Amino acid sequence: MRAIIVLFAVSVVILALKVVEVAGRIDHRPAPPAAVAAEQQLKDSVSRLNAEFQKQWQAENVRPAAFADDLTVLRRLSLALFGTVPSLEDIRRFEADEQPDRIDRWVVDMLKDSRYSDYFAERLARSLVGVEGGPFIIFRRDRMTAWLADQLRKDASWSEMTKELIAAEGLWTDSPAANFITIARQDDETINVNKLAGRSVRTFLGQRIDCAQCHDHPFDQQWKQHHFEELAAFFCQAGVTFGGVTDSRLDDKKQKVVYKVVDPGKEESEARIIPEAVPFNSEWLPAEGGLRHRLAEWITHKDNRRYERAIANRVWGFMFGKPLHDPVDDLPHPVEGEQDALDILGQEFRARGDRLSVLIRMIALSDTFRLSSESSATDESEYQTQVDAWSTFPLVRLRPEQVIGSLFQAAHIRTIDQNSNLIARAQKFGNENDFLNEYGDMGDDELLQQVGTIPQALLRMNGRFSSELSKAELLTAAGQILDFSPNEEAVVENSYLTCLARRPSDEEKEYFVAMLDKTYEAAAKKREASPGAPEMDPKPDRSRAEVVQDIFWTLFNSPEFSWNH
Amino acid sequence: MNTEISRRRILQMLSVCGLTLALPGMSARAASRRREERPKSLITLWMNGGMSQLETWDPHPGTPTGGEVKEINTSAKDMRISEMLPQLAEQMHLCTLIRSLTSKEGDHERGSAFVKTGYRPEPTLKYPTLGAIAAHELPDARIEIPQHVALAPSGFVTPEGGYLGNEWDAFRVFSPGDGLSNLKSFVSKERQTDRLKGLSVVSKQFEFNRQFGTTRTLHQNTLDRALTMMSSEQLKAFELDAEPAAVKKTYGDTSFGKGCLVARRLVEVGVRSIEVNLSGFDTHVSNHEGHITQTKILDPAIATLLKELKERDLLDSTIVLCMSEFGRTPSINPAGGRDHWPNWFSCMIAGGGFREGTVIGATPSDLPKQSSNMQMMAGGKTIGPEDPIQVPELYATIMAAMGIDARKEIMTPIGRPIRFADATPSARLLKEEVAAKVVQS
Repeated sequence: MRAIIVLFAVSVVILALKVVEVAGRIDHRPAPPAAVAAEQQLKDSVSRLNAEFQKQWQAENVRPAAFADDLTVLRRLSLALFGTVPSLEDIRRFEADEQPDRIDRWVVDMLKDSRYSDYFAERLARSLVGVEGGPFIIFRRDRMTAWLADQLRKDASWSEMTKELIAAEGLWTDSPAANFITIARQDDETINVNKLAGRSVRTFLGQRIDCAQCHDHPFDQQWKQHHFEELAAFFCQAGVTFGGVTDSRLDDKKQKVVYKVVDPGKEESEARIIPEAVPFNSEWLPAEGGLRHRLAEWITHKDNRRYERAIANRVWGFMFGKPLHDPVDDLPHPVEGEQDALDILGQEFRARGDRLSVLIRMIALSDTFRLSSESSATDESEYQTQVDAWSTFPLVRLRPEQVIGSLFQAAHIRTIDQNSNLIARAQKFGNENDFLNEYGDMGDDELLQQVGTIPQALLRMNGRFSSELSKAELLTAAGQILDFSPNEEAVVENSYLTCLARRPSDEEKEYFVAMLDKTYEAAAKKREASPGAPEMDPKPDRSRAEVVQDIFWTLFNSPEFSWNH
Repeated sequence: MNTEISRRRILQMLSVCGLTLALPGMSARAASRRREERPKSLITLWMNGGMSQLETWDPHPGTPTGGEVKEINTSAKDMRISEMLPQLAEQMHLCTLIRSLTSKEGDHERGSAFVKTGYRPEPTLKYPTLGAIAAHELPDARIEIPQHVALAPSGFVTPEGGYLGNEWDAFRVFSPGDGLSNLKSFVSKERQTDRLKGLSVVSKQFEFNRQFGTTRTLHQNTLDRALTMMSSEQLKAFELDAEPAAVKKTYGDTSFGKGCLVARRLVEVGVRSIEVNLSGFDTHVSNHEGHITQTKILDPAIATLLKELKERDLLDSTIVLCMSEFGRTPSINPAGGRDHWPNWFSCMIAGGGFREGTVIGATPSDLPKQSSNMQMMAGGKTIGPEDPIQVPELYATIMAAMGIDARKEIMTPIGRPIRFADATPSARLLKEEVAAKVVQS
């Protein structure tokens, strides 16, 4: 019996040691490519984009802000592409990389990381299917998001993805794009064609015609109610059966369904029959094929500027936290013979196979993305002019999942990704949703500019997340910084890099080093060095571990932590 | 370790850190002022899921639509309501019943959005709920706790600021009367002081050359208000320890009952809008039994709330509105349930200058001729109740009674100016002397 107990105890100890070993495992991350291949270079188009903004700044007589340092740019990229601040590990690797074109090479590398495909998929999914629960069973958001992530990992063409979504057929499980259609199924088992028409135009063409469902657009003479109805007609044959989404719904007489609208107050027998039609450039519409297939071809047509402008504006929004044109899906009509920044982005995107990665890299390499968020403005209206002209980097509140993602990342020294240790991943997985529920989600309007709320401030200050994640323990960032930093100045500096991706100013360093000099440990050291010296006054009331926890708490609660800048 | 931070301590701390806090002198209980000099509050009792008008406010016993329910007399002349609300029946002389609200939204989420905002939902713009508008338009610097509170929220649409901004979203309390979370610091007051000092050092660094941008973020303002709230005496309004056991018992030992009692306490402090949520009305199956269960929770809570507000002389300054996203079908389905019915439904409203002991509107006792409820839900059909009241009209009237200009236009983020309510106030819902003051003819 005793032997069994001993054996059991020994195996428990071995298992525990193994867990600690795995948890603390050092993964050597591969270095970014030494150079970006010549055919992948985007220098010319980035110059054109820069020139476009230079022209605007001159016209409006604004001076662009100075460039931000590269670490700030790395933080922006990491927030946009991964939804977290960069880890101390990544910051060290980044700073050690002294080859030319560091930012471009790093972006290329980040786009290969599954954190990018997973995170960008979540954000794209919001514009495609919103955040609502959707119909039970036949709507599977997880499948949709996994499919988007897979497409992004393969750097697939956005127009091919668009076609798959709009013209999707099959089961919501094995044809994940079909969830774009199934989410619009109503209780009476028909498809809400208005919802699909409105969403398609908003998401893929960047224009809001939803109000034209009931009346002509009040401000935009180009959108009439009949345009909306004719676009909605493209979805009228879509149906959801046991076999999945089909495009061949039949009516009672076994004829293909036609789209009918019953006006308010009218009887069913007075319904108007609406044939499908597009509002402009009908020559792009193929004559053959299913209704949704034809619509998808028209939307993604290579000459349809609205299509590339819409996705360029959205990706701009993902990168800056604020779209170039706000709201993201209310773009002005493109003007014949004129071009703006969205067109410059869109042309390169089209020339290179409609890939989102091209848009991301162009924006990341542009001057605008590198400008500092510090401004020379002397009054509010001057600042507003600079913000409107993009001559200073906008201050944008982080999205809730960026806040929690950053909290978890900043609580660890090493990068948290699919390779990271089990404990960190389990902790992140288990807590993320709790935090989001309390912090509040932003819904479909994810690019709407919002300020923070009191419950959010309370959660950041007093919630269990910031308390637990700031503790100085064996595997937390605070604990490791405390144990491995050579001196108190390094403790402060490492804490700043981990939480804010920058170094402290002299004043900040002085303040927090002074706190570390008033701990039990500092007092003990002093006694040891000169036994006869007077006691510290006031007597220390906390340990180094507590002070480091205080530093982390302070940095977590600073405006800088929860804003993109 | 004492983790409480005294109010004085906080103020000291803030002045040490150079933070600004404009705190006017505050009387702990705004309720010391009564009647008309007292700013009005709004309590919305939200019956989540679609309460049946036929089993509550608008029974039709012995008719094809009536079902098993019986009606009883109330304290108001000629007003009869369902037997399921016996305690409330004794308070109906304080209330107006509207039996002719109408809507075209037969889906929970869309219906809730419409009835809570007065606007049909649109994909491109979020409207503020009535409570958020009231909090936004009637600020009160003496109140250190949130002005817009949702108790036991679990509806399809949480009361929210919409285009007014998320700082007007309701402060959510999931378990009313059981204290609030995240309001106590984890560390000693000495450490908390040092943390806040450190925070001002870090904030100052960030504000350098970003003063215009950081002011707009309202980060400091939000933080200051959160800190003020943490040390406010007014937080006691969320607690029920001080309430006699007998009072708690009359409200009922339910989340909703506690919510109604907390709502009364919040009104006493001067909180502007409170929503108390009661879920479980979506009775597609066994509608009658479902409403017996629900009204056992509702009846004591709402009756006690009205009685107490009246006794404490708070009813003139407090509007109590009990409503739902839609009503339920006149017909009973094979599962003994009633389905969604937006074509007509009821609400109850009391206090704040609304008429007392009055019924507005009437609904048919016959089953509607349309073959399918679905058709009617799609809107467009013209059958309806007598003397219909539109939700926007009701809201314009509530706003008028509260002293809010319903016609005020706000520029929304999508560049469209929008009025708080797309209707004019209705004098017939108000007491004559009140209507004369607040409704322009």
